Formats: sequence, structure tokens, C-alpha cells
Amino acid sequence: MAGFVGAQFAEEIIFTRGTTEAINLLAHSLGETLQAGDEIILTEMEHHANIVPWQQLAARRGIVLRYIPISDDGELDLDTYQRLLNPRTRLVSFTLSSNVLGSITPAKKIAAMAHNQGALVLMDAAQAAPRTVLDVQDLGADFLALSAHKMYGPFGIGLLYGRRELLEGLPPFMGGGDMIGEVSLEGFTPNELPYKFEAGTPPIAQAVAMAAAADWLESVNLEALGKYEAALAQRLLAALDKIPEIRVLGRAKERSGIVAFTLDGVHAHDLVAYLDRSGFALRAGHHCAHPLARRLGIISSARASFGAYNTIEEVDQLAELLLRAKDDL
Amino acid sequence: MSDPFDSIYEEIIRDRYKKPRRRRVLDGLPFVENPSCGDRVRVSIKVGDDGTITDAAFDGNGCSISMSSADILATDLIGKTPEAARALIERFLAVLRGELDVDELDELGDAAAFKGIARLPVRVKCAALAWRAALDAL
Repeated sequence: MAGFVGAQFAEEIIFTRGTTEAINLLAHSLGETLQAGDEIILTEMEHHANIVPWQQLAARRGIVLRYIPISDDGELDLDTYQRLLNPRTRLVSFTLSSNVLGSITPAKKIAAMAHNQGALVLMDAAQAAPRTVLDVQDLGADFLALSAHKMYGPFGIGLLYGRRELLEGLPPFMGGGDMIGEVSLEGFTPNELPYKFEAGTPPIAQAVAMAAAADWLESVNLEALGKYEAALAQRLLAALDKIPEIRVLGRAKERSGIVAFTLDGVHAHDLVAYLDRSGFALRAGHHCAHPLARRLGIISSARASFGAYNTIEEVDQLAELLLRAKDDL
Repeated sequence: MSDPFDSIYEEIIRDRYKKPRRRRVLDGLPFVENPSCGDRVRVSIKVGDDGTITDAAFDGNGCSISMSSADILATDLIGKTPEAARALIERFLAVLRGELDVDELDELGDAAAFKGIARLPVRVKCAALAWRAALDAL
């Protein structure tokens, strides 16, 4: 897995239950090194997993949270970001790819701007991992989180990558077996990396399966896969643009294989149930991004998320169904 | 499992969703929300001098399941005592929780339209929303 994200050392990989736990781990451990008044920058298009742990930390330790706004097209406003950065900024945490808008963020630029200000960078790679060649050195990621289940792997495992010298300087997260060096009745010493952050019995089967999924992704040419999914999304977008009642969420120039949309007068849950009857599994709801839904002025949307197994024919069939949906519902 | 959008049930749900009988604006009442999808509904219940419910109405926004369910609920409550209304609601919710057999709904008029939904975990909350709001209102 170290190779999969481009890490220099194997001990820079901490196994977690997923992206959510990876971010919570960092919010706790890095959080303990922060002072009241320190600032963390997030974006308006984050998944709840990259908002709520920081809000919990903010409430515990008096940290100030700031958010990079998005344009109506779903692009991050980097001018405002530049103004949000200041000497109290300790961390910038953002997604590599929005799970609603499909926007691919300019990660290297965001990271470079943070580093210029002396801030650390956490990248949420949950969406990007199955369709992007990840290289933490090149991206400038001090920390990076991902989940195996988004990579055609098992549920219940993911990882946190962290630069070795940074992880070494952080206090442990959960206490228990494996994470200790020595324990007495008076106290304990923490184990070395990565065990310091991996308390309790590890999910061994899941870890092996995650590595198998990563091997498979690397064997199919991740870059080509990412382009294929983006092309499927573009094909659906072109078809949706011919349906006046459909509003597509997000028009970023750089896009992944995700297309979220609303159909006027039809609730997303009804629409998705209708599509499900024809074998199309879309998700309906706010996609774990309430603040983004509010920013877009919607309650819920339907989301097509293309993967390696999808075909051009399926995109065309979906577009045809959507053309009929308004009359059928 | 029967298709939740099947035949007669689909007709009842669609009809109630498109042409609700008991829907009107209910300013000032609190909404009950389904946080997983953002649907929300509020229910107003008035008890007359004879101790039975003389008026029931709902207001809100949501999918066809949550809105048609609210309309059926409001219609069914009229003429019942608050005790009988509570018993009806508890029975309906018990079916949705899987504690009672779905065939129980056959005795509940148009609420039988939700027999298919009752075994669809992702939509049960939609069907239950207004009924939970009514319990609060009673």
C-alpha cells in the first residue's frame, strides 16, 4: 500500500477502518498539538467525514475553521483561499475529487500555497484512489486518507498516510494492545511507527484484500481507467444537457466519473427507485455533504458514479430512461 | 417481495402524491425531518368537542412515498379518538419496524399501499415520517 500512494517508507502507512477513521485519527493526534486560535482550512465541497471531525476538534480546543468557497460551476475559489491563509493556518484539508460535483481539485497548487504559509496538508483521496495515480511526494501531501471499498476492495479498511517525521512527532490515537512499547501500572510508552497508531487486533484479512485491490488497479492502468470513467461522465453530461428539466450539479473543467443531477418536479428518491427497476443503481440524497447541498440550494440529488465495469451502452440506456422519467413519474 | 411500485399500490401512491386531499400550509408548526434525505413534514390535528379528531392536515416536502403516506395518514385520522389514532399509528409503525406482519396493513385501507415499502429498508423512513410527526402532535 505504501507503493500505491507513493510513500517513501512502509511505516508511513497506518491502517484504519476507512477514510473517516483516518481523518478522525489525525484530528485527534494532530489536534493535541494545536493551540486555541490556530486555524484549519477546509472547502465547501467536503464530505462530512472531512468536516465533522474538525468541527469536533474546533469545539474541544478552540480551533478556527475556515472554508474555501466554490463557484457555481463547482471550482474552488483559489483567490479567496489565498486570503484565508495566514500565519495561524496549521492545516489545509481537502478532497482530491468531490463525491457530488465530480470536480477534481488542483491539489498540487493548493498544497504548495499551504506550504508557503507553513501549513500542513491532508488530502482526502477516497474518491480519487480508484481512478488516479497517487503520488504523495508529487502531490505535496503531508497526510492522505483513503478507503478500500472505493477501490473495489473490502469494506471496513482504509489507511492514513503521513510523512514519517510528522507521524513520529504526534501522540497516539487510540490506546490498547500493539500501540504500546511498555506498560506499567503508572503509564506506558508508545510503540514505533506504524503500530503507535494501530491499537487492537488488526483487520488482517481486509488488509490483504485491500492490497489485492490495489494490485489490480495498478495492473489495469489507473490513468487510462480514470480517463475512461471521465469520458463516460462526459457522454452522460452531453445527453443530460438535452433534457431541459435536468439540472447537473457541477461543471468543473477537470471532472471524475461522477455526475449528480436533479430532475424538476421529481424527488431524487423517486427518480432513483424508478431507475433501479431497470437495473441502474444510482444514489439519491445529499451524499453526506449537507453544507454543499445547502450551497447549491437543493435538498437531494441523484448521482451516477461510473466505475471500471460500466459501458458506453449503459450510459446511453441511462440517458434514454432519464428522457422518459419525467412522463413516467 | 412485491415491487413497491406495483399495480394498484403504485396507483394509490401516485394519486395521493399528485392530488393530496389533506395538504395545506400549516404556518408555525414544527417540522419533523428525515436527516438522511432532507424530507420534512408537519402534521396538524384538531380534536372537536365530541372528543374525536375533526381536522387533520399535513405540509412539507419530500418524495412520493413520504408525501402520499402523510396524506393517507391525515385522511385516516379524521373521526378517530386520539387514543384510537395513536393505536393506528403504533400499528402502522410496528409493521414498518418489522415487528408485525405486512398483512396487518390490509386492514388499514389505503395504508396497504405501503406493503411493498415496508420491506425496503431505504424507504421505510420515508413512509414513517408523517406518522412519527402525528405521534408528536397527538
